[in-house]
Amino acid sequence: MTDKPVFTRREFVHTGLAIVSTVPTMPAFLQNSALAIADPADVPLTASRPGVPEDRILVVIQLSGGNDGLNTVVPYGMRQYYDARPMLAVRERDTLAIARADGIGLHPRLAPLKEMMESGMANVVQGVGYPNPNRSHFASMDIYHTASAGSGKGYGWLGRALDQVEPDNSTAMISIGKEAPLASKGKRGSAVAFENANLFRWAGADLNSTLSSHYNKINRAGVLSELAGVENEQAAFVMRTALDAQLASDRVRAAVAKAPLTPFPQGSLAGQLRMVASMIRAELPTRVYYVGMGGFDTHGNQARSHGNLLGQFAAAMKAFYGELKAMGQQNRVLSLAFSEFGRRVTQNASQGTDHGTAGPMYMFGPMVRPGLLGNHPSLTKLDRGDLIYNVDFRCVYTTVLSQWLGADAKKALGRAFKPAAVLDRKVTT
Amino acid sequence: MAINTSLAALDEKYFDFAHARHLLNRAGFGGTPAQIEALRDMGLNRAVDLLVDFQKIDDSQHLPAAKINADILKPPTKEQRREIRQARRSNDQAVLDRLEVMRRQQRQGDRRQSEDLGRWWMARIISTPRPLEEKLVLLWHSHFASNYRTVRDSFLMYRQHMLIRKYANGSFAKLAHAMIRDPAMIRFLDNHNNHKRKPNENLARELMELFMLGEGNYTEQDIKQGARALTGYTFHDNEFVFRQQMHDNGSKSILGQKGNFDGDDFVDILLKQPACPRFVCYKLYRHFVGDLDEQVTPSARKIIFKMARVLAAKRYRLSPLLKTLFKSRHFYDPSVMAGKIKSPVQLIVGTVRALGTPTRNLDVLIDAMSSMGQRLFNPPSVAGWPGGRNWINTSTLFVRQNMATYLITGKLPYRDGWSQRDVEYEPMALVAELPKRTPETVVDHLLSSFVAGSVAVQRRDQLVTFMGERGGRITEERMIGLLLMITAMPEYQLC
Repeated sequence: MTDKPVFTRREFVHTGLAIVSTVPTMPAFLQNSALAIADPADVPLTASRPGVPEDRILVVIQLSGGNDGLNTVVPYGMRQYYDARPMLAVRERDTLAIARADGIGLHPRLAPLKEMMESGMANVVQGVGYPNPNRSHFASMDIYHTASAGSGKGYGWLGRALDQVEPDNSTAMISIGKEAPLASKGKRGSAVAFENANLFRWAGADLNSTLSSHYNKINRAGVLSELAGVENEQAAFVMRTALDAQLASDRVRAAVAKAPLTPFPQGSLAGQLRMVASMIRAELPTRVYYVGMGGFDTHGNQARSHGNLLGQFAAAMKAFYGELKAMGQQNRVLSLAFSEFGRRVTQNASQGTDHGTAGPMYMFGPMVRPGLLGNHPSLTKLDRGDLIYNVDFRCVYTTVLSQWLGADAKKALGRAFKPAAVLDRKVTT
Repeated sequence: MAINTSLAALDEKYFDFAHARHLLNRAGFGGTPAQIEALRDMGLNRAVDLLVDFQKIDDSQHLPAAKINADILKPPTKEQRREIRQARRSNDQAVLDRLEVMRRQQRQGDRRQSEDLGRWWMARIISTPRPLEEKLVLLWHSHFASNYRTVRDSFLMYRQHMLIRKYANGSFAKLAHAMIRDPAMIRFLDNHNNHKRKPNENLARELMELFMLGEGNYTEQDIKQGARALTGYTFHDNEFVFRQQMHDNGSKSILGQKGNFDGDDFVDILLKQPACPRFVCYKLYRHFVGDLDEQVTPSARKIIFKMARVLAAKRYRLSPLLKTLFKSRHFYDPSVMAGKIKSPVQLIVGTVRALGTPTRNLDVLIDAMSSMGQRLFNPPSVAGWPGGRNWINTSTLFVRQNMATYLITGKLPYRDGWSQRDVEYEPMALVAELPKRTPETVVDHLLSSFVAGSVAVQRRDQLVTFMGERGGRITEERMIGLLLMITAMPEYQLC
C-alpha cells in the first residue's frame, strides 16, 4: 500500500481578490474579466469562497450502452457463469487474479486497472444497481443521472450538488461532448459542453480574418465598458456570460493546446481525459468534469469488441493518472466510472448479451479505498435471469457528494442514503 | 421610470416599427425588415387580429402533412403472443432471440420515425404563415410536457402534438380535459398503472402542481383523492379507454368538494379554482412577455392577475386574452421589449425568417438545438423547458453564435473553409428598400431590424468602421461580415 496523502485544502492565491477588496462595488466577474482580458492566463474565473474545499475535482466517466459486468469482473469460480455463457465466458486461465478475491478475476484486457488497484489507486465496486431496474438505455441512464426513478423535475445529481457548493461559478462543470448531460442540470443551468476546444469559440473569425479584431472590440472591451450601466437584467446577464465565455474560451484553448507531460494512448476516451488533465493543469475553476465512451451495447459478437473497449478504458485511466501524477495534481482528482446497467447472465444466440441489471462501478485516485469492494452478485439467486444488486448506486453518490465535494447529499439526491465505504477513511471535508 | 401595468390597448398612433418588430418577435419568430414594415402599416389592431385568428390564414400551400405510420409499434398478435409463451416455456433460445431482434428492429424504426417527426415540425415552424400557431404549440408542448425518451412511441407523441395543435388558441379548459385522455400523457405519467387497488398519484400530482394550479394551492390529501378520481383512465392500442373495473367508485373529497368524482370532474374542480387562471396566465406571461428568472416582479404580478380575470371571464378561451395582451400598453413597455432570452427555436427560426437565410441542413439545425438544450418532442422532464437564463451558458452561447454563422454562410465551423462562393444567400435584399446606402444607414437599419433594444454607440460605431473599411462600398461580402457580427452580439440573444 502506498502512503495516503493528507487531504488539506490547497492555498490558492487569487490575484482577483485584492481588487475585490479595493473596489467593493465592482462585481466579481468584472474583476476577473477585466484582468483576464489583459492577461487571460493568470486569473481564476471565480473568486475563492471560504469553507469550500475548492481544490477537489471529480471526473465522471460514462460508459454508455450497458457494460457487461460479468465479463469485466469475471466470477470464474462460479460454475453457473460457464453454464450461462458457453461461447462468451472468459476462461479462468485468462483472467487476471485479484489479491484476496477467491474465484473472481479481471478481464485480461484490464491489466492497467489491476495495477492501479494494487497500487492503491483504484477500486471496483461490485454489484451496483437500484430497485426495480429499467432495461431501457434512456430510462436507466436518466435514473443514474437524476438519481431518481422518474426523471424527477429534470435536475441531475451533479447539478443539484453544484447549486450548493458552486452557486456563482459559471464554469463549475465541463462536459466533453455535444450536449450537457442531464446529470449536470441544476437550478442554475447545465454544464459547459463542447466536443473539442476548437468549437468552444466564435467560428466567424475563421471565415473572414478581418472580422476577428472587430468582433473582439465589440464582444470584449465594448461589452465590458458598458456593462455597469445596463439596466435590462437579461441583457446584463447575457453580456456577463458573453464575457465569461470569451475568457473561458481563451483559457480552455490555451490549456488544451499544451502538450501533455506523459504519453496518452489512442482512442476517444484517452483524448477526452487528456483534455481534462490539461484543463486541471491550467487551474481552471472547474470542480466536475464529465467524459464518456460508447459502444458497450454488445448484443452480437461481443467477445472481441468488448475486450477492446475494456482495454481502451483501462489504458486511458492509467494514462490519465500518470499525467496527473506528473503534474503533481493526482491528490486532487477523484474519478468515478459507471454504466447504465449490466447485461443478462445468459448469452444470446448472436454471441452477445442483452440488457440486464446490476454491474460494477469503478473509482480512481489515491483517495479511494482500493481493491475489489463488496460482494459479487449471486449467480444462483437471480431475478428473472438477471443479477440482483448489492449496492445502490446512490450510496456511492452519497459518499462522493458528502465526503469529496462537500455537498449535502440528501439535498442533492432528494433523500438520504447510507454512504458506501468507497473512499479512504481519511477523506473528509 | 414606472412600468406600465395596464392591459388597456396602446393607442394605434403609437404603433411604430419597433413595436411591430416586438410583436412579430413575441407572437411569432420575427421577420424581415419589409415584413415588419408591412405589419406596422396594418396598424396595431389589424396586425394582432391577423396573428391571433390564424385559422383564417390558408397554410395548405406551405405545409406538407406528416408521414406517420400509426402501426409502427403494433403490439404482438395473438399468434405471436402464443409463440412467445411457448418459446419461454420450452426455453427455445433461438426463437426468443429471433423475437428479441424483431422487437429491437421495431424500436429502431420507431426512433427513426420520431426523428422524422422532429424534422417535420421544425420545417413547419420555419415555413408556416401562422407563426403564432407554432409558438402556442411550443408553449403547450412545454406546459403539458411529455417526452419521446420516456413515452417511446412516436405515434402517441404525434397524436398528442396534433391534440395540442387543435386547441392551441382555443380553450384551455378543453385542452386540459383532452390531456387526461391523451395516451402519451397517460403513459408518460403512469396513469395506465393507476388502479383503484393501487393508485398511482403521478398524473394527479402534476395536474395540480405543473399543469393547472401551481405549488401551494393544494394538499397531499388532494393529490391522493385526485389520483382516485383518475383511476381507470388508460389506453389501448393508441386509443383512450376508460376501464370501469379499474376505477374507484367511492366518494372523494377534493379541494373541499365531495362526490363520486371521475377524472373529468377532477379537472372541472381544478378549473374552478381561482389559482388556475392565474397559473395559466403566469405561464403565458413567461412565454410571451418576460422570463421572470429572478422572481415574479410586482408589476408582472399585477398584469398576471389582470390577465387571469380576462381568462376567467372568457371561460378559458385563449384568443380573446391573447388579443388583449398583444395590444396592451404593458406589452409595449420599454422594460418588456428586449427583455426576453430567445429559446433555441426562436434563435434559429428567427434567424432564418428575419435575415431571410436559406434553411440549410435541417439535421444540422436540430443537432445544434439539442446542444443548446432544446430537442422538440423531448422536453427534459414533466416540468418542460425551464427557459430564460437556463438557455444560456458559456458553451451554448458559442453554439448560438456559430449557428447564426452557419445559417448566414452555409459553413460549419472547422469543417468547411471560408470562401465567398457557395454562400447561396442574398443579403442585399435586406437593404434594397433603403433610399441611401451608407455604412451608417445600413448599420442602423439592420440593428433596428434585428436587435431588440438599443446597442451602445461605441459598438454601433465599431460596426460602422467595419462597413467603411473598403471605401464604404456596401458589398455582399461586407453585408455578410456585418450580419455575422450582429448575430454574435450579446443583444442578438434577446427579443
